[in-house]
Amino acid sequence: MSAREQAADGARLPPVTQVGMLSLALIVAAGIYLSAHLPKHVPLAPAIALLAASALLLAGNLLALARARGFHWRRFLQIARWALLAYAIIAGMIEYVFLRNHTSGGPLVVLTLALVVFAVHVPVLIGFTVARYDDAG
Amino acid sequence: MAQAVTSPGVAQQAGAPPAAALERPDFQIVPRAGLPLVALVMALLIAGIAANKLWPLEFLHVVGGAAWTIIDLFLGFILGPIIGRMSIPARIEFTTRLMPKMVLLMPTVVTVTLAAGWQLSTNLGTNQSNYMLHGWVVASFIVVGVMAVVALGLLEPANIAVLVELKKPRPNPAVIERLMKRFIYTAGVTGLMQVATLVIMTKLASG
Repeated sequence: MSAREQAADGARLPPVTQVGMLSLALIVAAGIYLSAHLPKHVPLAPAIALLAASALLLAGNLLALARARGFHWRRFLQIARWALLAYAIIAGMIEYVFLRNHTSGGPLVVLTLALVVFAVHVPVLIGFTVARYDDAG
Repeated sequence: MAQAVTSPGVAQQAGAPPAAALERPDFQIVPRAGLPLVALVMALLIAGIAANKLWPLEFLHVVGGAAWTIIDLFLGFILGPIIGRMSIPARIEFTTRLMPKMVLLMPTVVTVTLAAGWQLSTNLGTNQSNYMLHGWVVASFIVVGVMAVVALGLLEPANIAVLVELKKPRPNPAVIERLMKRFIYTAGVTGLMQVATLVIMTKLASG
């Protein structure tokens, strides 16, 4: 089996997509939890727990990728940096809406950090999907 | 401009001689000509949110939401099955023409719909927990959340990966096949979610 076919098979690589989707689902759940309780004062603990779990999965994903052998980092970075720019703009638009509506304090911190996880994890998933099917570097 | 690509894998799958050349149109993964248009739409979105007036917000949310729903339904239930039955050369040609446009179109449409929608609901008070149809609003958050996870985690990466693969001097047909299957299935899932969106939004609009 050629390096390319092995890369296409993806058997050697960690389950970055699955973990990434779980991480995204957790921050989406945190966002829904906070927005579903407006304008009431809402306990932040569940949202913080969801955010922390999501951030841990992001860190785990990056760590697992860093330890993967034969991963095509050049291609990953080539794609992920542009995706990061695009998703930073999207996250910035959403943050702007929060600020425009005077969201402040704890909820703003949680939502901002959730947007950071979102804006980093989506480019990681895009870069990973592209690089996994590339020739092993 | 078209490029001729020799791809033994494709030739074997299509039952053609091994050295058959594939015509592959030249394309940009991100069509740069569309970027000013995206910037213009984003500027309109910022202006609409800053103004916080009902009509611009309603316009942006309805136009963006309608485009998002129609594209997802059309792609998931009409184009998806058609693409699935196309020959590989036809699928490649179609993909190189459609998918670069989707790379710019979908994130723009989704961002406009969600950002304008949230500002609109703040303006109308429909995102408050004392709103009489609050359960339906939360249901819409959940549907959008599911669509976001599927689209961002599977659909968008598959879209980009197919285009990058097709840009290579010798694209791997097995990779394209696998990623296109992922794209078509996830487009079907988001299409189903859009049916739920239509049910929820018509209920919210009619009170």
